[in-house]
Amino acid sequence: MARIIETRQLTAVTKYFRIDAPLIAASARPGQFVMLRVREGGERIPITIADYDRELGTITIVVQAVGATTQRVCALKTGDEILDVAGPMGGHIDIAPGGHVCGVGGGFGSAALLCLMREFTARGDTTTAILGARNKDLLILADELRPLCTHLEICTDDGSAGFKGFVTQRLAQLIEAGPPRRPDSVVAIGPMAMMRAVAETTRGPKVKTLVSMDPLMVDGTGMCGGCRVTVGGKAQFACVDGPCFDAHEVDFDVAMRRNKAYVQEEKRAVDRAACMDRRETA
Amino acid sequence: MPVKRADKTPMPVREAQARARDFIEVNEGYTQRHASFEAERCLRCQDPVCVGGCPVNVPIPDFIHAVAMGDMAGAARILRSANPLPAICGRVCPQESQCEAECSMTARFTPVAIGHLERFVADWERTQPPAAKAEITRKERIAIIGAGPSGLVCAGALARLGYPVTIYEALHAAGGVLRYGIPEFRLPKEVLDWEIGLLKAMGVEIVCNVIIGKTLTLDELFGKMGFSAVFIGTGAGLPQFLGIPGENLNGVMSANEFLTRVNLMGGYDPEKADTPVHVGKRVAVIGAGNTAMDAVRTSMRMGAEKAMVVYRRSDREMSARVEEYHHAMEEGVEFHWLTNPLEVQGNAEGWATGLKCQKMKLGEPDASGRARPVPIPDSEFVLPVDNVILAIGTTPNPLLTRTTSGLLTNKKGCLVADEKTGLTSKALVFAGGDAVTGAATVILAAGAGKRAAQAIHEALEARGA
Ligand SMILES: Cc1cc2nc3c(=O)[nH]c(=O)nc-3n(C[C@H](O)[C@H](O)[C@H](O)COP(=O)(O)OP(=O)(O)OC[C@H]3O[C@@H](n4cnc5c(N)ncnc54)[C@H](O)[C@@H]3O)c2cc1C
Ligand SMILES: Cc1cc2nc3c(=O)[nH]c(=O)nc-3n(C[C@H](O)[C@H](O)[C@H](O)COP(=O)(O)OP(=O)(O)OC[C@H]3O[C@@H](n4cnc5c(N)ncnc54)[C@H](O)[C@@H]3O)c2cc1C
Ligand code: SF4
Ligand code: FES
Repeated sequence: MARIIETRQLTAVTKYFRIDAPLIAASARPGQFVMLRVREGGERIPITIADYDRELGTITIVVQAVGATTQRVCALKTGDEILDVAGPMGGHIDIAPGGHVCGVGGGFGSAALLCLMREFTARGDTTTAILGARNKDLLILADELRPLCTHLEICTDDGSAGFKGFVTQRLAQLIEAGPPRRPDSVVAIGPMAMMRAVAETTRGPKVKTLVSMDPLMVDGTGMCGGCRVTVGGKAQFACVDGPCFDAHEVDFDVAMRRNKAYVQEEKRAVDRAACMDRRETA
Repeated sequence: MPVKRADKTPMPVREAQARARDFIEVNEGYTQRHASFEAERCLRCQDPVCVGGCPVNVPIPDFIHAVAMGDMAGAARILRSANPLPAICGRVCPQESQCEAECSMTARFTPVAIGHLERFVADWERTQPPAAKAEITRKERIAIIGAGPSGLVCAGALARLGYPVTIYEALHAAGGVLRYGIPEFRLPKEVLDWEIGLLKAMGVEIVCNVIIGKTLTLDELFGKMGFSAVFIGTGAGLPQFLGIPGENLNGVMSANEFLTRVNLMGGYDPEKADTPVHVGKRVAVIGAGNTAMDAVRTSMRMGAEKAMVVYRRSDREMSARVEEYHHAMEEGVEFHWLTNPLEVQGNAEGWATGLKCQKMKLGEPDASGRARPVPIPDSEFVLPVDNVILAIGTTPNPLLTRTTSGLLTNKKGCLVADEKTGLTSKALVFAGGDAVTGAATVILAAGAGKRAAQAIHEALEARGA
């Protein structure tokens, strides 16, 4: 059981949670995730550790309601308990210090930049965070990220805030601009389509790039292989070998197809959850 | 006096047609009448060779004699003195290659049904109020990593010696393979829950959702957490894949994934569980061990119309318990022996549609002493399938060893540990079960946990003295 000590609705479908989890907070590093379960019979779902406070013993997660389980998580309030929180799972993002690190975040992925930017800025790296969203209202955590990085870049598809265009267009400009704006390495966290576009953007100019893969997972401990992704032609388990991999080696076609494996069953789960919740409130 | 009767008293089983579609236990268990009738068959040999065939040396003729005399409490006490998980082992041990293989009756007749009697006694025990709780008399705290049979047994033995014990389990529920792997129809979870309840009643603390090597390191268990000794029982849970083309198609998964979705995550009851299980009409399971039998029989219960086992060797090389094989046949599982999978074929949407195979014949013995399967030229054919489930073995999970310095492993990734004590390359760190042996059996894991508990006790006594 882990107690929720703070919540904030970031957008209509995205919610911020600060959770009391001292053991996880003590050992978490950027790029790692937790597995959580909200009820008996519930799924175990992976959620990135957006931030941690070792002193307070808390971790932060940001959850986007996309299906039955994430909807249930987003319905939780301050003071509620999460049935199971296990982690930190996966390896952390490992980049040699002293360079210029650029984090690219889309959707809930922006949240993962919090601890990433904080740690890398603190050790003396130059840091750029590029946040992308369709419009200003969908943008999350810009104010929180600003003090944590050297440069904050905001991109919206409609130009309602910051640069008008995709994160990849802004990233390409920065790479083109050369030092001091050109990053030595890029970390992209967000929807698969965005991560793939980032990989294509940095492939030509040969900027080392990591993407945080989010395949379907069951246990998160290396026990099932359901999370396997093809990297450099070899099967890797995202939960233990990843979740971050060399973007230029990842086979995104296979990854995107595998994430759709349970679409039918997932739809049924949402319908059933809605019906159960209706019954519970009635 | 022993009564001479050639045949084992058969286990009452549920009718194949009915059971193949639900998850209720297949074997119904002996009644008192069956048990007394079977117990009479034991010859009470002067030199009971069966005992030597049992990895934990259960005093078999003694407990069977107690059953024959109607002394159930005595039988239960004798059994539990040697085997801490009798209700589980009575159900899942490969008796035919252990105790029952050695039984003197086997020479001319069928062996005494040692497993069935073990189960009967242990099930009787579960109807009784649990035994008195152990008292904590020691101040050294012991940490156990992993709540599989080895860890559970080690914890129980240490608690009985008076130690405060904490088990750390990575998943949200205790039991290891007994929870996530072996299905309900073979090992009802209430049997496992009863054993776990017994440990808790003895004061053993079970902390789930803690992954040692991630949440806490092994060294932190000694330092920050203040434990005096550690037992590692992390099993061999990492599934292997074949590396054949098409293995990443949708519909192809490891048996561990399939069984975890169904067992641990409760997928067998879709009314209650959210975790989806996708079972098509035709399921091919690759492999022929217990895991393969569990996967294929589970797929049938989840609605497959055609459930098949595909194995590149013959039935003689199969490693599953014979009982499971017989039950699978009765339930209508199809067996494709001497059939080697070459490739999974898929459709435009990326779903598996066929398993391309090659026929094999048996050749010279290989390194394992089993006849080596060799391909028959031009024998390729395609088996139409919707799912392919791989049950071709597992290896120890490297999670802990990757993050712990000084913990030696062998080529296969198994922990190096002393055979008798379980002592690893690190002081006061012991290990046992599948993490040391590679994928093996419940009773071997249980035996290793029990021996390590004794060794931990001796090591701490020696240190204290
Ligand atoms: C390492 C990792 C880190 C993650 N971090 C976060 C996070 O910080 N915040 C967050 O909100 N989500 C995160 N996710 C994704 C999250 O785990 C899934 O959204 C969640 O499992 C969906 O469960 P559900 O029952 O709500 O929806 P489901 O009913 O399972 O799915 C609903 C819809 O989402 C799609 N979907 C499901 N899982 C994924 C996925 N992994 N990637 C893309 N699409 C998917 C399905 O195809 C379906 O269309 C992460 C995933 C991984 C693997
Ligand atoms: C499907 C299937 C069917 C089987 N059928 C039979 C049978 O009929 N008869 C038989 O005798 N044997 C059978 N076996 C084999 C038997 O189950 C195993 O040999 C036995 O469970 C091994 O016990 P263990 O304690 O070593 O490990 P496991 O049972 O594997 O348990 C290990 C536990 O440790 C946890 N863990 C791992 N790493 C960590 C970590 N870093 N931190 C915390 N916890 C961790 C795991 O989550 C798991 O719960 C079967 C196996 C499978 C998979
Ligand atoms: S070998 Fe068979 S007959 Fe002899 S004591 Fe053991 S179970 Fe009884
Ligand atoms: S989620 Fe099961 S192995 Fe990665």
